[in-house]
Parts: sequence; C-alpha cells; structure tokens
Amino acid sequence: MNVTPDLDARFRAAAIGAGVVDVRYDLVDSPVGELRVAATEHGLCRISYFADGWEDALARQFGVRVLRSPLDDVRRELDEYFEGKRRSFDLPIDLRVAPFHADVLRELALVPYGRTETYGALAAKAGRPGAARAVGTVMNRNPIPIVLPCHRIVGASGALTGYAGGLEVKRALLQLEGAILE
Amino acid sequence: MMGTMTTEPIPPFERFYLAHRDEVLGYLRRLLGQRAEDAWQETFLRALRAYDRLEHGKHLRAWVFRIATNVAMDELRARPQPLLDGEPVAELRRDAFRELEHFTTELPPTERAAVVLHYGYDLPYAQIADALGSSEEAARAAASSGVRRLRRTHERHA
Repeated sequence: MNVTPDLDARFRAAAIGAGVVDVRYDLVDSPVGELRVAATEHGLCRISYFADGWEDALARQFGVRVLRSPLDDVRRELDEYFEGKRRSFDLPIDLRVAPFHADVLRELALVPYGRTETYGALAAKAGRPGAARAVGTVMNRNPIPIVLPCHRIVGASGALTGYAGGLEVKRALLQLEGAILE
Repeated sequence: MMGTMTTEPIPPFERFYLAHRDEVLGYLRRLLGQRAEDAWQETFLRALRAYDRLEHGKHLRAWVFRIATNVAMDELRARPQPLLDGEPVAELRRDAFRELEHFTTELPPTERAAVVLHYGYDLPYAQIADALGSSEEAARAAASSGVRRLRRTHERHA
C-alpha cells in the first residue's frame, strides 16, 4: 500500500507547520551538479555537493528530526545565481561553527561577486595575518559553499589551489561570475 | 549475536519515515478503511514529535506500529462504525488470513489490531503487546479470540 505523492507532500507540510523538525533539506539541480541544501528554522545551514552521509551529518549537527521538504527560497536564489541574475544572496544563514571559523566566514561573505582574494589577505582581514593555512582549512570545511563564496579564495600566485566540490566546479563558478576567462 | 550491547543509533527521521510509511498506511487501511489517511498522518506527526526523545534506534518498526495502533484505537472508539474498505488489500502473507481478512472490520478494536498485526504483518506477540500496551499473554489471547470470532463470522456467512 504505497503512500501517494499527494499524501506524502501533505505530511511533510504538516510536519514543517507543526514546528517539530530540527532540519529540513531539499535537492536543487544546478550547472555544477545536484546540490543538497538544508535549513533550520533560523536559516540556511548547509550546502553540499555530495550525497554520501548527508542525512547523518545533518542529524549529528542539528538533531535527528531531519525531513526532506521544499526549500523554495533557497532554490530560487540559487537558480537566479546560476542564471547570472543574482550577485549576492539574501537568505538568512544559520552558521554553527567555532569562533575563528565564524570570523573568517564573515569576512569571506564580504568578498564581492566576480572578484578573487588570496588566503593570506582573507586571514589578515579576519585579524589573523599569517594564518593563510588555517584559512584554507576554514574554506575546506565551509558548511555553505556558493552562498559563502569560498570559490573566490585563491592561492597567492592566483592558482585555484583546492575546492571541496572539485577544482572544475571552482573554475566554473569563477567563470560564471566573470572572475576568470575560459 | 549474543549480548550485543552496542546501542543502535537512531536513524535520521527521513530514513525512518521512508522505511515505514507504506506499511503503516497498509496497516491503518486494514483497521480503518477510508479513514486511514488522516490516521496515517497523525501517526507520523506523533512519531516526529517524540522522535528526539528516543534513547536508541531499536524496535522502531514496533514503535511506529504502536503509535499507529493507538491512533487507530482512538479513532475506532470515537467512531466505532466500521467502514468497508473499498480498496482490495495487497499482498497478504497467510492464506487462511487472506480468506478471513475482510471480516476483521467486525472485530472489536483490540482483537482486530492483534489479528491484523500478527497475521497480516507477522509481528511477534511481544511486539504486538507493545503496540497494544498489554502483556504478551493478553496480545496472544486477543488474537486467538479474534481468530475464533472470525471463524464464526465466516461460518455464518458461508
């Protein structure tokens, strides 16, 4: 006896409406692959390029009441970004990271669309000059890539260095923004 | 394995929901017929409300059947008139039960739940007792009294 899509959707909506979900998530198609996006009642909390262990990771950090449910605002802003119609995001953010990570990610959020910044320069802005390597770790663990634009951070030589979603994705995002040429 | 003391982790709710949503709906249809959908939603909302208070992920299937049974019992007590299920019942595991199954709507709620859980869902009596909030003996007694009643009903109709 299979649950119909309509009944399923009604349950998910009722669950969100009842305010008893710790974290909800959705899947969003994009030119750089299928993205997993998650939000708490406070705002967007995760974006991931990977399916493996996704729900378990959400459960560990935000609580076991994990439920898939449409995140229309997130989907719309990401769609607009990938269509080149949006240069910054207006989504509320729920950032749960250690203080140093929070400082760095706050500065990261200020790096403008279409520009790049070096790890060292970002470290200096976050009040930790010389901590380029630590900033690299923060970028690598960025819970909300794309919206917190770690793809705009490059090596001192201008080399793209690394990206959690893969270098080709980093290159694609910078090309989309016009920060680098083909 | 003997004496496994490792606590079974609680799966993210989404995974639990996907694993049990269909069979719980099937169960509630057997108990409630057309009224099953509201009871099904109420079952998973109750499960979700309680989910973060679970201490481990063991016996989650029995747990959700217990919630579904409670919801169904409330419904059957509030509106005891059995509604005939318009939809044919899919896959049943026991031939004898298949023959008698459509008479379960005439059973009292507890017997009906015990019979359907045992013969329709192969739940052991310990778990049915859990679902009904009774002892294992009482669950067994409810099922066998239900089966006797089913047979009598069947003979009457035969």
